[in-house]
This record gives sequence, structure tokens and C-alpha cells, in this order.
Amino acid sequence: MDLNFSPEDETFRDEVATWFSENLSGDFKHVRYRGGSGDQSEMFAERREWERHMGRHGWSCIAWPKEYGGRDATLSQQVIFAEEYARAGGPGRTGHLGVELAGPTILAFGTDEQKKRFLPPIAAGDELWSQGFSEPNAGSDLANVRTKAWLEDGLNGKEWVIEGQKIWTSLAQFADWCFVVTRTEEGTQGHKGLSYLLVPLDQEGVDIRPIKQMTGDAEFNEVFFDGARTAAENVVGAPGDGWKVAMGTLAFERGASTLGQQMDFRNELYEIVEIAKRNGKIKDPHIRQRLADAWMRLKIMRANSLRMLTKAEKAELAPEALIYKIYWATWHRNLGELFMDILGDEAEIGDAAPYQLNGLQKVFLFSRADTIYAGTNQIQRNIIAERALGLPREPRGNT
Amino acid sequence: MNFAFTEEQELIRDSARKFLAEHATSERARAVMESDSGYDEALWANIAQEMGWAAMVVPEAYGGLGLGMVELVILQEEMGRRLACAPFFATSALAGQAVLFQGNEDQKSDLLGRIAAGELSASLAFSEPSMGWNLEDINATWRQDGDGFVLNGVKRHVVDGLDTDLLIIAARKEGSKGCEGLSLFALEGTLDGMACTRLVTMDQTRPQAQIELNNVSVSGSACLGAPGTAADALDKTLNIAALALAAEQVGGAQECLDKTVEYVKERVQFGRPIGSFQAVKHKCADMMVEVESARSAVYYAACIVDEGTDELAEVASMAKAYCSDTYFKCAGDAIQLHGGIGVTWEHDAHLYFKRARASRSYLGDPAYHRERVAKAIEAFDTSVDHFKYGGTV
Ligand SMILES: Cc1cc2nc3c(=O)[nH]c(=O)nc-3n(C[C@H](O)[C@H](O)[C@H](O)COP(=O)(O)OP(=O)(O)OC[C@H]3O[C@@H](n4cnc5c(N)ncnc54)[C@H](O)[C@@H]3O)c2cc1C
Repeated sequence: MDLNFSPEDETFRDEVATWFSENLSGDFKHVRYRGGSGDQSEMFAERREWERHMGRHGWSCIAWPKEYGGRDATLSQQVIFAEEYARAGGPGRTGHLGVELAGPTILAFGTDEQKKRFLPPIAAGDELWSQGFSEPNAGSDLANVRTKAWLEDGLNGKEWVIEGQKIWTSLAQFADWCFVVTRTEEGTQGHKGLSYLLVPLDQEGVDIRPIKQMTGDAEFNEVFFDGARTAAENVVGAPGDGWKVAMGTLAFERGASTLGQQMDFRNELYEIVEIAKRNGKIKDPHIRQRLADAWMRLKIMRANSLRMLTKAEKAELAPEALIYKIYWATWHRNLGELFMDILGDEAEIGDAAPYQLNGLQKVFLFSRADTIYAGTNQIQRNIIAERALGLPREPRGNT
Repeated sequence: MNFAFTEEQELIRDSARKFLAEHATSERARAVMESDSGYDEALWANIAQEMGWAAMVVPEAYGGLGLGMVELVILQEEMGRRLACAPFFATSALAGQAVLFQGNEDQKSDLLGRIAAGELSASLAFSEPSMGWNLEDINATWRQDGDGFVLNGVKRHVVDGLDTDLLIIAARKEGSKGCEGLSLFALEGTLDGMACTRLVTMDQTRPQAQIELNNVSVSGSACLGAPGTAADALDKTLNIAALALAAEQVGGAQECLDKTVEYVKERVQFGRPIGSFQAVKHKCADMMVEVESARSAVYYAACIVDEGTDELAEVASMAKAYCSDTYFKCAGDAIQLHGGIGVTWEHDAHLYFKRARASRSYLGDPAYHRERVAKAIEAFDTSVDHFKYGGTV
């Protein structure tokens, strides 16, 4: 057992850290620590410019092959990158749905033409993506998707026509594209007959309506498809094979892309420690216990992720991989509660009228969503029980 | 970065698992519980001599194998799975460490040499009636008497204390305070003025003794190292032992999970295996989340210890707090998910539950260890140059 990264990896860490310290300065100094979950619209234009800046220097999608704007980075390097990004105060990434979900999915399941068409603009920060999975009647039960699509002759040859509604679509209001799970075989149910389409959002048949969240911000949207169109070749995997591709995306969402986020969490925890020192709550025995618990669990989260990373590099399936999502989500939600209890009465008071909350309050409120998106805690428990422990699968009702 | 066992470490784990499954059975643990001897002597002889585990963490210079903390936690985890009744933990993780950190060369070659050869079992007499686990609270005393020393006081919660050949006694110089004046004395056999009583323990798989010292005269060479200088060694020893105990807790918790999963797959109620009920599935899933995280905590801490950084106290507390909670929760849930049979004497669930309860307090309970971490946090300079939320509140 060896916790040390290799000398090459450490060299890489230095290179990354140096680049950030030189580049998160000047014009970009003020985007440091801005945006991110709970605050997606904060300084969006500036953060988008930063995304382009990273892209120009080949730092936005390091995991990808060089030919598509990446650096062929190893998993270790990806984790190091994410850690250093957070350590340097890198802003919430405007392109993360493309960088972490759309891109890897296209890389894994797409055609060469799709890779050439879609990957470079993601890496350059020019095209932003969104995830069109959930529907009013397909949440945890994603296979219940009803949005339909069929092929028709259009002006530019064969096109998919899409009819239906997606909901909770994060950042769609800023996005250029959406990857949409649709039912393309009439009369099919469940996992069968689904296709994974890439749909441009700037067109007549698409209506995007932001939904205000409990934070007061609108991070997600309803997206209505009413005769929306996309070219016939914009299907990832074979038509009818969309379920497999969607599961691939979910694996990316729950997997390596989150391995480096402990460093963001660390920043939040450090901040609350400083506040507790200033307002005296650090002397409260009950708060001390909870702070210590949060501190330890964060270290353990990193240890879990290092175990997972080691196994992933050897292409082994690790039980740690299945526990990772529920562990971090629950930890972060508890941290939000701790934030508020440390602030005490001040926790109630926001920044400005009409409803401008401070960042700690937003973390508290938004972290309620952490245990819902990317598979709720209950769904995570089902997955752990069934896949890791071999317990019987959930029975299905009639839909 | 390779956060996984090496091939050699996997071999150690596999052979320990195989050996203990065969020898450290529930029948043999129950035989020990019903006998007067505190442990399974045949098992200890096997472990210490044939398997060579007593030599595992003793440095090569003193006749050991010179392996590290990772190897120690591997063995401890496997022993925890089986509730092995043998003074391995007391010898290797408590007394052996104390000798290593505080003994002079002669003492180390003698005592560690015999431990490594499997000839000497040993334990540490640290805690006292209503004392807890802070060095500062030691009340037992020593005073110089010619070339030797005289010891007084009462030691309690001495694991395997009545059954081991060697006892390391922690005491302070008469009149000293805090961490000053602490010494460790190595005593073999029962000396004049020494009374050892077996305490009735709820967990019968690991006995505890009370040792009363009434003007006990010991020779000068019984004092490990220089008199009055044992604070650091004791502190390190307790940290290492806490981590080793945490590893045992991981093994115990894993066994509770495995046995429970096996049972809920087979037991049928309402025409379905109870493991198909979500309330049951989710409890099992939660157990697994905690067990795997507890395991990560222990392996991570063990690596830190082997690297010799100054984080020993913090990672030991992290592991002990987390694994104590995990084991207790899993052992409790195991009983719950077994239903009526889970509360019988015949079923093994209570053996794990009682071990979980005992090891939760021993060497400091979760609240004690979290408080130690809290102290470290208070002293920690977060040194972030800019806070995301402005830090205005
Ligand atoms: C902030 C945020 C951002 C999101 N962004 C996106 C996005 O960009 N794109 C996208 O497609 N989706 C997105 N989602 C949607 C998200 O994936 C769904 O909310 C999630 O899958 C749950 O579905 P649901 O909301 O329909 O809840 P439901 O599935 O109706 O669940 C309601 C409750 O029932 C429980 N439940 C459901 N099924 C089971 C079961 N089998 N066993 C036990 N309990 C069960 C759930 O755990 C939950 O507690 C986002 C959600 C949030 C909160």
C-alpha cells in the first residue's frame, strides 16, 4: 500500500498548480470561488470566458484523447487536476455537463464523426450541454420515459422529430445542446425501444422554462419538445439501444468525475471552522463533536475515493464505487445543517432584499438536492443491496 | 499511488483468513468462555509460534519480521472477524509497542526477542478505576528505592491481564503531575504486594483484570528506559493500539454484515425472502457503506503510520471513533435483522455485539476521540487565502 502519487504525477500536480496560480489572476482573479452548485448563475459570462481560456490551453478536458482537445490524462492525473482546481479556487465550471457527461458518453459510445463534431467545441468551451433524462413521470424510474421521437424526411435529409417534456434539466437555459433519452419504438416499455439523441436547443420546437428552486435561483428547467428536430446521425449508439448509453452516462455522473470534489468540500469545511472560531461556537461541546465528525468523514471520503481510483486503474469493480455517491451526498447535506447550527441565529439573515441569501445558506438549501439528483439515497441503497450484496431486486408494478 | 494491498500483504491476509476460519471457531471461543483460562492456549501457541504472527511487527534487529502497521491491521481485521480468543492484540499492539518505544537496547532485545519467538505474551496496564484514557490522569505511583523502585496503585481494564506472562505497568513519580514523571515497568509473574483479579466482563471473549499494587518492589532494570520519560512512548502506544483495535472492529463489523446478508437471503416471511423487503435491504446497504468506509479509514491511517508522519494521533482517533460506531451499529442491526434468534445465547450475534460494546469504550470511546480531533481542528491553520462565502458572518 502506498498513498503517494508517483513522481510523474507529482510533477503533473506542480504543472497544474502553477498554471492555475498564473492564470486565475488578472482578469480571472474575480471568478475564483464563484459559481458552482447552488449558485449556477453567479458571474456566468465571466466563468464561461474562463472555460474558454482553459480550453485554449488544453486544460478543460484533460481526460480526453489529444486529438479531441484533451491530454490523455490518467485517472490519477484527473483526480490531481480536480484537487488542484479546487485548491486554487477554480470557479464552478459552466461546461461540466459537457465535460463530464456528454463528452465521456460520446467518447465511449459515439461514432468517429460524432467525436469529431461534438468533442472539440466542448473542450474549447464553445458549446454547453444539458442532460435530458428526467420527465414528470420518469424520475428514479428513468425507464418510464415517454418523450417520443421518430425519423422523418427533412430539409437536410432524414431527421429525428421529438415530442415530449423533460424536467429538472439543469442549466438548459444556458446550454446549446441537450442529450435526450427518447422512446423511438412505439409500443415499447421499460428499457427497450429507447434512443439517446443529441438535440440542438436553439430551435423553434424547443421551449425552455426555468424553475425557481428553494434557494431562489433557477438552476434547472422544464424543457418542452414540440416537433423539435435533430439530424438522423445524432443518435449515440444504435437506435433502440439508448438505455445502455444512458447507463453509461449515469456511471460517469456517479463515478470518477466526482473523485476530486473533496477539495471543494474541504474549502467549505475550512470556512465553517473559521467562522466557528470567530463566533465562539468552536467551544460548544456538541458542535465540536459534529465538526470533528465532518472532518473525519471527509478524510474517509478521500480514502474511499483513493481505493476506488486504485481499483479503477486496474479495471476492477470496487464496492467503494457503489457507496461513493450516497456517502458524499449525505456528508454534504449534513455539512449544510452544521453550517446553519454554527451560524445560530445569524443563519436566518440573508444578504439583501428581496431574497438574496448568502453562500452558506445556499449550500444548506441546495445540499438537500445532493441526496436526490444522480440517484436518490434510496435508489443508491437499492443499488448497493442488489449489486454489491446480491439481495433480491425490487418488484415492479404495472406501468 | 496504489491504495491496495501488495501481493505479500494479500498472502498474509489470505493465510490468516484460512487459518482462523479453521481454528478460531465459535465452538472454541465458547469453550474459552466456559473455562477458567482467559484464552485459547492452543490457538495462541499456533498464532505466536507456528504462524509467526507474534514476530510480525517486531523489528528485525530484535528477531522479528519488521513488518509495519498495514500488516498489523490486516491480522487484526481477520481476528476481529472470528473473535479469536488469544492475547495477540495485547502482546503485539499494546505491550510490544510500549517496549519498542520506551525500552533500552537490552530490554528490547530481551523482551521483544522473546515476544517474537512466541515465548512471551504480554499486556499493558494503563487505565485505572474511573480514569479514562488520558495520560495526565494516571494515579498509580513509583518511587526510587535504592537501585530499584516501589510501585503503588490500582490498574483496571487490563485486557488479558491475568493470563499474560508480562505486564507493562504505567505509573507516575510520586508527586508528579500531567505528563511529567511517567514511567513504564515490565513485570513478569506475580510479585509480593501484587493482587490480580479477573473481572466479570460482559464480553467473555476478551477478559479484563484488575491489578492492585501495594508497595511492590521491582528491580531497577524493570523500568523501561530512563525513569520519568515515558509520556511520548505511552502516547504513541495508545494511538497504535487504538488503530489496531479499529482494524479488529472492521473485521467484526464485516462479519456481522456477511452473516446478516446470508440470513436475510434465506429467511422467508410473507412468502418472500426478508432480504427483498426494502426496510431490510436498506439497512444492509447502510451497513455496507459504513463497513467499507471504516475499512478505508483503517487502511488510510495504517499507511500514514507507516510513512511516519506526525498525523498519527489524528488518524488513530479518526479510525477508532469511526470504527467503534460502525461495529456497534452493525452488530446491533445484525441482531435486529435476525429477529428472535438474534437475541439467543446460542446464536453468535451477541458475541459480536458484546465485543463491539467492549471495544467501543476500550482505549477511548467515539466521543473521546472526536474531541481529540476537535482539538486538532482548533489548532489547525486552515490558511485558505480566500473564502468562497466571503466569511462576512
Ligand atoms: C438539483 C437537481 C438537478 C437535477 N438535474 C437534472 C438534470 O440536469 N437532468 C435530468 O435529467 N434530471 C435532473 N434531475 C432530476 C433527478 O435525476 C431526479 O430528481 C431524481 O432521479 C429523482 O426523481 P424524481 O424527482 O422524479 O423523484 P421520484 O423518483 O418520484 O422520487 C421521490 C421519492 O421516492 C423515492 N423512491 C423512488 N423510487 C424508489 C424506490 N424504487 N425505492 C425507494 N424509494 C424510491 C425517492 O428516493 C424519493 O425520495 C435533477 C434533480 C435535482 C434535484
